[in-house]
Amino acid sequence: MNVLSLTTLLLPFVCAPALLGIINKTKAFFAGRKGVPVLQAYFELWKLLHKGAVYSRTTTWVFRAGPMIGLACVMLAAALAPFGGVRSAIAFPCDLILFAYLFGVMRFVTVLAALDTGSSFEGMGASREVAFSALAEPALLVGLAAVARLTGSCSLSDMFQGLSLGTYLHAGPVLVLVGGALLIVFLTENARIPVDDPNTHLELTMIHEVMVLDHSGPDFAFILYGAALKLWVLGSLLIHVVAPVRTGHAGLDIAAALCAMAGLGVLVGIIESCMARLRLVRVPRLLMGAVVLSALAFVLLLR
Amino acid sequence: MNTSIDIIMLVLIVTNLLLLGFSQLKSCIRTVACQGIALGVLSLLVNEDGFTVWSVVMSGVVIGLKGVIFPRLLLGALRETNARHEVEPYIGHMASTLAGFAALAASAWLCSRLPAFPGRVTPLVAPVAFFMVFVGLFVIVSRKKAISQILGYLVMENGMYVFGVVILREMPLLVDLAVLLDAFAAVLVMGVAVYHINRAFDHMDVDQLDTLKG
Repeated sequence: MNVLSLTTLLLPFVCAPALLGIINKTKAFFAGRKGVPVLQAYFELWKLLHKGAVYSRTTTWVFRAGPMIGLACVMLAAALAPFGGVRSAIAFPCDLILFAYLFGVMRFVTVLAALDTGSSFEGMGASREVAFSALAEPALLVGLAAVARLTGSCSLSDMFQGLSLGTYLHAGPVLVLVGGALLIVFLTENARIPVDDPNTHLELTMIHEVMVLDHSGPDFAFILYGAALKLWVLGSLLIHVVAPVRTGHAGLDIAAALCAMAGLGVLVGIIESCMARLRLVRVPRLLMGAVVLSALAFVLLLR
Repeated sequence: MNTSIDIIMLVLIVTNLLLLGFSQLKSCIRTVACQGIALGVLSLLVNEDGFTVWSVVMSGVVIGLKGVIFPRLLLGALRETNARHEVEPYIGHMASTLAGFAALAASAWLCSRLPAFPGRVTPLVAPVAFFMVFVGLFVIVSRKKAISQILGYLVMENGMYVFGVVILREMPLLVDLAVLLDAFAAVLVMGVAVYHINRAFDHMDVDQLDTLKG
Protein backbone atom coordinates (compact mmCIF):
# COMPACT_ATOMS: atom_id res chain seq x y z
CA MET A 1 0.00 0.00 0.00
CA ASN A 2 1.55 3.28 -1.06
CA VAL A 3 0.85 6.86 -0.06
CA LEU A 4 -1.79 7.36 -2.73
CA SER A 5 -3.80 4.33 -1.66
CA LEU A 6 -3.60 5.52 1.93
CA THR A 7 -4.85 8.98 0.90
CA THR A 8 -7.79 7.58 -1.01
CA LEU A 9 -8.50 5.20 1.87
CA LEU A 10 -8.72 8.08 4.33
CA LEU A 11 -10.63 10.46 2.02
CA PRO A 12 -14.11 8.98 2.53
CA PHE A 13 -13.69 8.78 6.28
CA VAL A 14 -12.77 12.45 6.44
CA CYS A 15 -14.94 13.95 3.70
CA ALA A 16 -18.14 11.90 3.79
CA PRO A 17 -20.13 14.12 6.20
CA ALA A 18 -19.23 17.18 4.10
CA LEU A 19 -21.17 15.68 1.16
CA LEU A 20 -24.31 15.82 3.29
CA GLY A 21 -23.48 19.46 3.98
CA ILE A 22 -23.24 20.23 0.26
CA ILE A 23 -26.63 18.59 -0.36
CA ASN A 24 -28.24 20.58 2.45
CA LYS A 25 -26.63 23.83 1.29
CA THR A 26 -28.02 23.29 -2.22
CA LYS A 27 -31.47 22.60 -0.86
CA ALA A 28 -31.28 25.71 1.31
CA PHE A 29 -30.20 27.77 -1.68
CA PHE A 30 -33.19 26.56 -3.70
CA ALA A 31 -35.53 27.31 -0.81
CA GLY A 32 -34.08 30.81 -0.47
CA ARG A 33 -32.62 30.13 2.98
CA LYS A 34 -29.11 30.55 4.25
CA GLY A 35 -28.98 26.98 5.50
CA VAL A 36 -26.85 25.20 8.04
CA PRO A 37 -23.04 25.27 7.70
CA VAL A 38 -21.50 22.73 5.33
CA LEU A 39 -19.70 21.15 8.30
CA GLN A 40 -22.90 20.77 10.36
CA ALA A 41 -22.80 16.97 10.12
CA TYR A 42 -19.40 16.92 11.87
CA PHE A 43 -20.77 19.06 14.71
CA GLU A 44 -23.73 16.74 15.14
CA LEU A 45 -21.51 13.67 15.19
CA TRP A 46 -19.27 15.33 17.79
CA LYS A 47 -22.26 16.24 19.94
CA LEU A 48 -23.79 12.76 19.74
CA LEU A 49 -20.50 11.06 20.60
CA HIS A 50 -20.41 12.97 23.88
CA LYS A 51 -23.90 11.97 24.93
CA GLY A 52 -24.93 8.90 26.83
CA ALA A 53 -27.05 6.17 25.26
CA VAL A 54 -30.48 5.11 26.46
CA TYR A 55 -31.56 1.51 25.96
CA SER A 56 -35.09 0.21 26.26
CA ARG A 57 -35.58 -2.77 28.59
CA THR A 58 -37.15 -4.81 25.79
CA THR A 59 -34.01 -4.67 23.65
CA THR A 60 -31.20 -7.21 23.68
CA TRP A 61 -27.59 -7.25 22.51
CA VAL A 62 -28.84 -7.33 18.91
CA PHE A 63 -30.00 -3.76 19.29
CA ARG A 64 -26.64 -2.63 20.67
CA ALA A 65 -24.61 -4.53 18.08
CA GLY A 66 -26.57 -3.19 15.09
CA PRO A 67 -24.97 0.25 14.71
CA MET A 68 -21.44 -1.05 15.30
CA ILE A 69 -21.65 -3.92 12.81
CA GLY A 70 -23.36 -1.63 10.29
CA LEU A 71 -20.57 0.97 10.57
CA ALA A 72 -17.90 -1.75 10.30
CA CYS A 73 -19.49 -3.09 7.09
CA VAL A 74 -19.67 0.26 5.39
CA MET A 75 -16.09 1.09 6.46
CA LEU A 76 -14.91 -2.13 4.85
CA ALA A 77 -16.89 -1.26 1.71
CA ALA A 78 -15.21 2.15 1.67
CA ALA A 79 -11.83 0.42 1.80
CA LEU A 80 -12.83 -1.73 -1.19
CA ALA A 81 -14.00 1.15 -3.38
CA PRO A 82 -11.31 2.82 -5.49
CA PHE A 83 -11.23 6.59 -5.81
CA GLY A 84 -9.94 8.71 -8.69
CA GLY A 85 -8.40 5.80 -10.58
CA VAL A 86 -6.09 4.86 -7.69
CA ARG A 87 -6.18 1.21 -6.62
CA SER A 88 -8.12 0.76 -3.42
CA ALA A 89 -6.47 -0.42 -0.23
CA ILE A 90 -8.09 -3.86 -0.49
CA ALA A 91 -8.53 -5.29 -3.98
CA PHE A 92 -8.92 -8.87 -5.15
CA PRO A 93 -10.75 -10.53 -8.06
CA CYS A 94 -14.55 -10.41 -7.80
CA ASP A 95 -14.52 -8.08 -4.80
CA LEU A 96 -17.56 -6.36 -6.32
CA ILE A 97 -19.76 -9.14 -4.93
CA LEU A 98 -18.36 -8.62 -1.43
CA PHE A 99 -18.85 -4.89 -1.96
CA ALA A 100 -22.52 -5.28 -2.89
CA TYR A 101 -23.28 -7.65 -0.05
CA LEU A 102 -21.48 -5.66 2.64
CA PHE A 103 -24.33 -3.21 2.17
CA GLY A 104 -26.67 -6.17 2.46
CA VAL A 105 -25.17 -7.12 5.84
CA MET A 106 -25.39 -3.50 6.99
CA ARG A 107 -29.07 -3.42 6.06
CA PHE A 108 -29.65 -6.78 7.74
CA VAL A 109 -28.25 -5.69 11.11
CA THR A 110 -30.11 -2.36 10.95
CA VAL A 111 -33.35 -4.23 10.27
CA LEU A 112 -32.65 -6.70 13.08
CA ALA A 113 -31.97 -3.86 15.51
CA ALA A 114 -35.21 -2.18 14.43
CA LEU A 115 -37.21 -5.38 14.91
CA ASP A 116 -35.52 -5.98 18.28
CA THR A 117 -37.18 -2.89 19.75
CA GLY A 118 -40.56 -4.57 19.34
CA SER A 119 -42.09 -1.37 17.96
CA SER A 120 -44.61 -1.99 15.20
CA PHE A 121 -43.69 1.36 13.68
CA GLU A 122 -40.07 0.29 13.25
CA GLY A 123 -41.18 -3.09 11.93
CA MET A 124 -43.12 -1.26 9.23
CA GLY A 125 -40.04 0.68 8.19
CA ALA A 126 -37.94 -2.48 8.23
CA SER A 127 -40.41 -4.24 5.97
CA ARG A 128 -40.29 -1.39 3.45
CA GLU A 129 -36.53 -1.15 3.59
CA VAL A 130 -36.01 -4.81 2.70
CA ALA A 131 -38.73 -4.76 0.04
CA PHE A 132 -37.15 -1.86 -1.81
CA SER A 133 -33.57 -2.98 -1.38
CA ALA A 134 -34.46 -6.40 -2.77
CA LEU A 135 -35.27 -4.57 -6.00
CA ALA A 136 -32.30 -2.20 -5.82
CA GLU A 137 -29.80 -5.01 -5.36
CA PRO A 138 -30.19 -6.64 -8.80
CA ALA A 139 -29.91 -3.21 -10.41
CA LEU A 140 -26.61 -2.58 -8.60
CA LEU A 141 -25.17 -6.04 -9.28
CA VAL A 142 -26.19 -6.24 -12.94
CA GLY A 143 -24.93 -2.69 -13.51
CA LEU A 144 -21.57 -3.57 -11.96
CA ALA A 145 -21.52 -6.79 -13.98
CA ALA A 146 -22.00 -4.73 -17.16
CA VAL A 147 -19.03 -2.53 -16.23
CA ALA A 148 -17.02 -5.65 -15.41
CA ARG A 149 -17.80 -7.10 -18.81
CA LEU A 150 -16.94 -3.82 -20.52
CA THR A 151 -13.52 -3.63 -18.87
CA GLY A 152 -12.88 -7.36 -18.77
CA SER A 153 -12.07 -7.58 -15.07
CA CYS A 154 -14.16 -8.17 -12.00
CA SER A 155 -12.19 -6.36 -9.33
CA LEU A 156 -13.56 -2.90 -8.54
CA SER A 157 -10.12 -1.28 -8.76
CA ASP A 158 -9.32 -2.80 -12.17
CA MET A 159 -12.82 -2.04 -13.46
CA PHE A 160 -12.62 1.64 -12.71
CA GLN A 161 -9.02 1.93 -13.84
CA GLY A 162 -10.13 0.43 -17.15
CA LEU A 163 -12.70 3.18 -17.73
CA SER A 164 -11.78 6.56 -19.15
CA LEU A 165 -13.53 9.36 -20.98
CA GLY A 166 -12.45 7.59 -24.19
CA THR A 167 -14.76 4.71 -23.25
CA TYR A 168 -17.65 6.96 -24.23
CA LEU A 169 -16.56 6.73 -27.86
CA HIS A 170 -17.11 3.00 -28.23
CA ALA A 171 -19.44 2.22 -25.33
CA GLY A 172 -21.16 5.50 -24.49
CA PRO A 173 -24.69 4.03 -24.30
CA VAL A 174 -23.55 1.39 -21.80
CA LEU A 175 -22.01 3.99 -19.49
CA VAL A 176 -25.11 6.20 -19.70
CA LEU A 177 -27.46 3.28 -18.94
CA VAL A 178 -25.39 2.00 -16.03
CA GLY A 179 -25.06 5.58 -14.76
CA GLY A 180 -28.84 6.00 -14.82
CA ALA A 181 -29.39 2.73 -12.99
CA LEU A 182 -26.72 3.51 -10.40
CA LEU A 183 -28.23 6.96 -9.80
CA ILE A 184 -31.58 5.37 -8.92
CA VAL A 185 -29.83 2.79 -6.72
CA PHE A 186 -27.82 5.57 -5.08
CA LEU A 187 -30.97 7.55 -4.25
CA THR A 188 -32.81 4.47 -3.00
CA GLU A 189 -30.04 3.02 -0.88
CA ASN A 190 -29.36 6.34 0.77
CA ALA A 191 -33.04 7.00 1.43
CA ARG A 192 -33.13 10.24 -0.55
CA ILE A 193 -36.03 11.77 -2.51
CA PRO A 194 -37.81 10.42 -4.67
CA VAL A 195 -37.82 7.21 -2.61
CA ASP A 196 -37.62 8.46 0.94
CA ASP A 197 -37.39 11.91 2.48
CA PRO A 198 -34.44 12.27 4.86
CA ASN A 199 -36.05 15.29 6.55
CA THR A 200 -39.19 13.58 7.80
CA HIS A 201 -38.75 11.83 11.10
CA LEU A 202 -42.32 11.16 12.08
CA GLU A 203 -44.30 10.33 9.00
CA LEU A 204 -46.08 7.14 8.17
CA THR A 205 -44.48 6.84 4.76
CA MET A 206 -40.85 7.12 5.76
CA ILE A 207 -38.53 4.18 5.42
CA HIS A 208 -35.01 4.53 6.66
CA GLU A 209 -35.42 7.09 9.42
CA VAL A 210 -38.10 5.09 11.14
CA MET A 211 -35.77 2.17 11.75
CA VAL A 212 -33.30 4.21 13.75
CA LEU A 213 -35.74 6.09 15.99
CA ASP A 214 -34.72 4.24 19.15
CA HIS A 215 -30.98 4.67 18.84
CA SER A 216 -29.40 7.44 20.84
CA GLY A 217 -26.05 8.99 21.67
CA PRO A 218 -22.94 7.28 20.26
CA ASP A 219 -25.06 4.56 18.62
CA PHE A 220 -26.94 7.17 16.63
CA ALA A 221 -23.63 8.85 15.78
CA PHE A 222 -22.43 5.53 14.34
CA ILE A 223 -25.61 5.28 12.28
CA LEU A 224 -25.34 8.84 10.98
CA TYR A 225 -21.67 8.39 10.15
CA GLY A 226 -22.38 5.04 8.49
CA ALA A 227 -25.13 6.64 6.39
CA ALA A 228 -22.78 9.45 5.34
CA LEU A 229 -20.09 6.93 4.40
CA LYS A 230 -22.61 4.89 2.41
CA LEU A 231 -23.66 8.04 0.56
CA TRP A 232 -20.03 8.75 -0.27
CA VAL A 233 -19.11 5.20 -1.31
CA LEU A 234 -22.11 4.62 -3.58
CA GLY A 235 -21.72 8.15 -4.94
CA SER A 236 -18.07 7.52 -5.79
CA LEU A 237 -19.15 4.39 -7.66
CA LEU A 238 -21.61 6.49 -9.66
CA ILE A 239 -19.18 9.26 -10.55
CA HIS A 240 -16.52 6.78 -11.63
CA VAL A 241 -18.95 5.31 -14.13
CA VAL A 242 -20.36 8.60 -15.40
CA ALA A 243 -17.25 10.81 -15.30
CA PRO A 244 -14.14 8.62 -15.49
CA VAL A 245 -11.54 11.39 -15.77
CA ARG A 246 -8.04 9.98 -16.34
CA THR A 247 -5.34 12.59 -16.85
CA GLY A 248 -2.43 10.30 -16.11
CA HIS A 249 -1.52 12.24 -12.98
CA ALA A 250 -2.94 10.67 -9.82
CA GLY A 251 -3.30 13.96 -7.89
CA LEU A 252 -5.28 15.55 -10.72
CA ASP A 253 -7.48 12.47 -11.01
CA ILE A 254 -8.30 12.59 -7.31
CA ALA A 255 -9.02 16.32 -7.51
CA ALA A 256 -11.34 15.75 -10.49
CA ALA A 257 -13.14 12.96 -8.63
CA LEU A 258 -13.57 15.23 -5.60
CA CYS A 259 -15.06 17.94 -7.83
CA ALA A 260 -17.38 15.32 -9.33
CA MET A 261 -18.46 14.28 -5.83
CA ALA A 262 -19.29 17.89 -5.01
CA GLY A 263 -21.19 18.06 -8.30
CA LEU A 264 -23.09 14.93 -7.33
CA GLY A 265 -23.99 16.57 -4.01
CA VAL A 266 -25.37 19.58 -5.89
CA LEU A 267 -27.27 17.27 -8.26
CA VAL A 268 -28.88 15.42 -5.35
CA GLY A 269 -29.78 18.76 -3.80
CA ILE A 270 -31.39 19.87 -7.06
CA ILE A 271 -33.32 16.59 -7.39
CA GLU A 272 -34.58 16.96 -3.83
CA SER A 273 -35.59 20.56 -4.41
CA CYS A 274 -37.43 19.89 -7.66
CA MET A 275 -39.15 16.59 -6.96
CA ALA A 276 -41.63 15.34 -4.42
CA ARG A 277 -41.37 11.90 -2.97
CA LEU A 278 -43.00 9.20 -5.07
CA ARG A 279 -46.00 7.38 -3.74
CA LEU A 280 -44.92 4.17 -2.06
CA VAL A 281 -46.63 2.00 -4.66
CA ARG A 282 -44.72 3.76 -7.42
CA VAL A 283 -41.28 3.09 -5.95
CA PRO A 284 -41.06 -0.56 -7.08
CA ARG A 285 -41.80 0.61 -10.61
CA LEU A 286 -38.90 3.08 -10.45
CA LEU A 287 -36.59 0.36 -9.16
CA MET A 288 -37.79 -2.04 -11.82
CA GLY A 289 -36.84 0.66 -14.31
CA ALA A 290 -33.34 0.70 -12.82
CA VAL A 291 -33.09 -3.08 -13.14
CA VAL A 292 -34.17 -2.87 -16.77
CA LEU A 293 -31.61 -0.11 -17.49
CA SER A 294 -28.79 -2.23 -16.04
CA ALA A 295 -29.95 -5.33 -17.83
CA LEU A 296 -30.16 -3.35 -21.08
CA ALA A 297 -26.56 -2.20 -20.63
CA PHE A 298 -25.54 -5.81 -20.11
CA VAL A 299 -27.44 -6.98 -23.20
CA LEU A 300 -25.80 -4.26 -25.32
CA LEU A 301 -22.42 -5.69 -24.35
CA LEU A 302 -23.38 -9.27 -25.13
CA ARG A 303 -23.71 -8.54 -28.83
CA MET B 1 -21.84 8.57 -36.87
CA ASN B 2 -22.42 5.08 -35.51
CA THR B 3 -22.37 6.34 -31.93
CA SER B 4 -25.04 8.92 -32.65
CA ILE B 5 -27.23 6.26 -34.31
CA ASP B 6 -26.67 4.00 -31.31
CA ILE B 7 -27.78 6.80 -29.00
CA ILE B 8 -30.96 7.27 -31.05
CA MET B 9 -31.56 3.51 -30.83
CA LEU B 10 -31.14 3.77 -27.07
CA VAL B 11 -33.68 6.61 -26.94
CA LEU B 12 -36.09 4.43 -28.90
CA ILE B 13 -35.60 1.47 -26.54
CA VAL B 14 -36.03 3.60 -23.43
CA THR B 15 -39.14 5.35 -24.76
CA ASN B 16 -40.66 1.96 -25.55
CA LEU B 17 -39.99 0.67 -22.05
CA LEU B 18 -41.39 3.89 -20.58
CA LEU B 19 -44.52 3.50 -22.68
CA LEU B 20 -44.96 0.03 -21.20
CA GLY B 21 -44.40 1.32 -17.67
CA PHE B 22 -46.48 4.51 -17.66
CA SER B 23 -50.07 4.39 -16.54
CA GLN B 24 -51.01 8.01 -17.28
CA LEU B 25 -52.28 8.25 -20.84
CA LYS B 26 -50.90 11.78 -21.17
CA SER B 27 -47.36 10.61 -20.34
CA CYS B 28 -47.76 7.76 -22.81
CA ILE B 29 -48.69 10.18 -25.59
CA ARG B 30 -45.72 12.41 -24.76
CA THR B 31 -43.39 9.41 -24.76
CA VAL B 32 -44.53 8.42 -28.23
CA ALA B 33 -44.05 12.05 -29.31
CA CYS B 34 -40.42 11.91 -28.10
CA GLN B 35 -40.02 8.73 -30.08
CA GLY B 36 -41.30 10.47 -33.19
CA ILE B 37 -38.79 13.30 -32.76
CA ALA B 38 -35.99 10.75 -32.32
CA LEU B 39 -37.10 9.10 -35.57
CA GLY B 40 -36.91 12.42 -37.40
CA VAL B 41 -33.37 12.94 -36.18
CA LEU B 42 -32.52 9.38 -37.16
CA SER B 43 -33.65 9.88 -40.75
CA LEU B 44 -31.35 12.90 -40.91
CA LEU B 45 -28.39 10.97 -39.48
CA VAL B 46 -28.49 7.91 -41.72
CA ASN B 47 -28.00 9.95 -44.87
CA GLU B 48 -24.48 9.24 -46.01
CA ASP B 49 -24.14 12.12 -48.43
CA GLY B 50 -24.69 14.75 -45.75
CA PHE B 51 -27.71 16.97 -45.29
CA THR B 52 -29.50 17.29 -48.60
CA VAL B 53 -32.56 19.48 -48.99
CA TRP B 54 -34.82 16.44 -49.28
CA SER B 55 -33.46 14.73 -46.19
CA VAL B 56 -33.98 17.88 -44.15
CA VAL B 57 -37.52 18.28 -45.51
CA MET B 58 -38.23 14.62 -44.83
CA SER B 59 -37.02 14.72 -41.23
CA GLY B 60 -38.91 17.98 -40.74
CA VAL B 61 -42.11 16.30 -41.95
CA VAL B 62 -41.50 13.29 -39.67
CA ILE B 63 -40.82 15.46 -36.62
CA GLY B 64 -43.76 17.71 -37.37
CA LEU B 65 -46.16 14.83 -37.91
CA LYS B 66 -45.04 12.31 -35.29
CA GLY B 67 -43.67 14.76 -32.74
CA VAL B 68 -46.28 17.52 -32.89
CA ILE B 69 -49.46 16.78 -34.87
CA PHE B 70 -50.18 13.19 -33.73
CA PRO B 71 -49.67 14.01 -30.03
CA ARG B 72 -51.88 17.08 -30.35
CA LEU B 73 -54.62 15.08 -32.04
CA LEU B 74 -54.42 12.38 -29.37
CA LEU B 75 -54.26 14.85 -26.49
CA GLY B 76 -57.31 16.53 -28.00
CA ALA B 77 -59.15 13.21 -28.14
CA LEU B 78 -58.08 12.53 -24.56
CA ARG B 79 -59.46 15.86 -23.41
CA GLU B 80 -62.86 14.99 -24.85
CA THR B 81 -62.99 11.78 -22.88
CA ASN B 82 -62.68 11.59 -19.12
CA ALA B 83 -60.07 8.85 -19.11
CA ARG B 84 -56.78 9.78 -17.51
CA HIS B 85 -55.23 6.47 -16.53
CA GLU B 86 -54.89 3.08 -18.07
CA VAL B 87 -56.74 1.39 -15.23
CA GLU B 88 -56.15 -2.32 -14.82
CA PRO B 89 -54.63 -3.32 -18.13
CA TYR B 90 -54.74 -7.04 -18.88
CA ILE B 91 -51.07 -7.23 -18.00
CA GLY B 92 -49.75 -5.00 -15.19
CA HIS B 93 -47.27 -2.21 -15.79
CA MET B 94 -44.32 -3.85 -14.11
CA ALA B 95 -45.00 -7.15 -15.82
CA SER B 96 -45.27 -5.38 -19.17
CA THR B 97 -41.93 -3.64 -18.61
CA LEU B 98 -40.37 -7.04 -18.00
CA ALA B 99 -42.18 -8.42 -21.04
CA GLY B 100 -40.73 -5.52 -23.04
CA PHE B 101 -37.28 -6.51 -21.89
CA ALA B 102 -37.97 -10.10 -22.89
CA ALA B 103 -39.15 -8.84 -26.29
CA LEU B 104 -35.85 -7.00 -26.71
CA ALA B 105 -33.89 -10.14 -25.90
CA ALA B 106 -36.09 -12.16 -28.26
CA SER B 107 -35.62 -9.71 -31.12
CA ALA B 108 -31.85 -9.66 -30.53
CA TRP B 109 -31.86 -13.45 -30.78
CA LEU B 110 -34.10 -13.34 -33.85
CA CYS B 111 -31.82 -10.90 -35.66
CA SER B 112 -28.75 -12.94 -34.87
CA ARG B 113 -30.36 -15.80 -36.84
CA LEU B 114 -31.23 -13.66 -39.85
CA PRO B 115 -28.76 -13.15 -42.70
CA ALA B 116 -26.91 -9.83 -42.52
CA PHE B 117 -28.81 -6.95 -44.04
CA PRO B 118 -27.04 -5.24 -46.92
CA GLY B 119 -27.19 -1.63 -45.80
CA ARG B 120 -26.96 -2.31 -42.08
CA VAL B 121 -25.51 0.62 -40.18
CA THR B 122 -25.00 -0.69 -36.67
CA PRO B 123 -25.77 -4.14 -35.26
CA LEU B 124 -28.34 -2.57 -32.92
CA VAL B 125 -30.72 -1.27 -35.59
CA ALA B 126 -32.46 -4.44 -36.75
CA PRO B 127 -33.22 -5.73 -33.21
CA VAL B 128 -34.61 -2.33 -32.23
CA ALA B 129 -36.88 -2.27 -35.28
CA PHE B 130 -38.25 -5.74 -34.43
CA PHE B 131 -38.49 -4.76 -30.76
CA MET B 132 -40.63 -1.74 -31.58
CA VAL B 133 -42.98 -3.84 -33.69
CA PHE B 134 -43.30 -6.33 -30.83
CA VAL B 135 -43.93 -3.58 -28.28
CA GLY B 136 -46.56 -2.02 -30.52
CA LEU B 137 -48.36 -5.35 -30.86
CA PHE B 138 -48.05 -5.96 -27.13
CA VAL B 139 -49.58 -2.58 -26.29
CA ILE B 140 -52.44 -3.22 -28.71
CA VAL B 141 -53.38 -6.56 -27.17
CA SER B 142 -52.69 -5.81 -23.51
CA ARG B 143 -54.33 -2.42 -22.96
CA LYS B 144 -58.00 -1.58 -22.64
CA LYS B 145 -58.24 2.08 -23.52
CA ALA B 146 -58.66 2.88 -27.19
CA ILE B 147 -56.03 5.66 -26.98
CA SER B 148 -53.41 3.13 -25.85
CA GLN B 149 -54.20 1.03 -28.87
CA ILE B 150 -53.65 3.96 -31.20
CA LEU B 151 -50.30 4.46 -29.46
CA GLY B 152 -49.49 0.79 -30.01
CA TYR B 153 -50.28 1.17 -33.69
CA LEU B 154 -48.05 4.25 -33.88
CA VAL B 155 -45.14 2.47 -32.18
CA MET B 156 -45.50 -0.40 -34.62
CA GLU B 157 -45.46 2.02 -37.51
CA ASN B 158 -42.37 3.67 -36.02
CA GLY B 159 -40.66 0.29 -35.90
CA MET B 160 -41.32 -0.28 -39.58
CA TYR B 161 -40.04 3.20 -40.27
CA VAL B 162 -36.76 2.43 -38.50
CA PHE B 163 -36.50 -0.69 -40.59
CA GLY B 164 -37.16 1.17 -43.78
CA VAL B 165 -35.04 4.21 -43.15
CA VAL B 166 -31.93 2.38 -42.02
CA ILE B 167 -31.99 -0.98 -43.70
CA LEU B 168 -33.67 -0.30 -47.02
CA ARG B 169 -32.17 3.10 -47.39
CA GLU B 170 -33.10 3.32 -51.06
CA MET B 171 -36.79 3.67 -50.28
CA PRO B 172 -38.04 6.45 -52.53
CA LEU B 173 -39.16 9.67 -50.93
CA LEU B 174 -42.62 9.31 -52.44
CA VAL B 175 -43.20 5.97 -50.69
CA ASP B 176 -42.05 7.46 -47.37
CA LEU B 177 -44.42 10.36 -47.73
CA ALA B 178 -47.28 8.08 -48.73
CA VAL B 179 -46.72 5.92 -45.64
CA LEU B 180 -46.69 9.02 -43.45
CA LEU B 181 -49.91 10.21 -45.07
CA ASP B 182 -51.49 6.82 -44.39
CA ALA B 183 -50.45 6.96 -40.76
CA PHE B 184 -51.80 10.48 -40.49
CA ALA B 185 -55.16 9.47 -41.94
CA ALA B 186 -55.28 6.44 -39.65
CA VAL B 187 -54.57 8.47 -36.52
CA LEU B 188 -57.12 11.06 -37.54
CA VAL B 189 -59.79 8.42 -38.15
CA MET B 190 -58.95 6.61 -34.91
CA GLY B 191 -59.04 9.86 -32.93
CA VAL B 192 -62.50 10.58 -34.29
CA ALA B 193 -63.55 6.98 -33.62
CA VAL B 194 -62.40 7.27 -30.00
CA TYR B 195 -64.47 10.40 -29.66
CA HIS B 196 -67.55 8.67 -31.01
CA ILE B 197 -67.01 5.52 -28.97
CA ASN B 198 -66.76 7.71 -25.91
CA ARG B 199 -69.93 9.59 -26.87
CA ALA B 200 -71.89 6.41 -27.42
CA PHE B 201 -70.65 4.36 -24.47
CA ASP B 202 -69.43 6.96 -21.92
CA HIS B 203 -66.05 5.22 -21.79
CA MET B 204 -63.45 3.90 -24.20
CA ASP B 205 -62.66 0.51 -22.75
CA VAL B 206 -62.42 -1.73 -25.77
CA ASP B 207 -63.01 -4.91 -23.80
CA GLN B 208 -66.63 -3.92 -23.35
CA LEU B 209 -67.20 -3.25 -27.01
CA ASP B 210 -68.25 -6.82 -27.82
CA THR B 211 -71.63 -6.13 -26.27
CA LEU B 212 -72.69 -3.51 -28.76
CA LYS B 213 -75.64 -1.24 -28.30
CA GLY B 214 -78.46 -1.97 -30.72
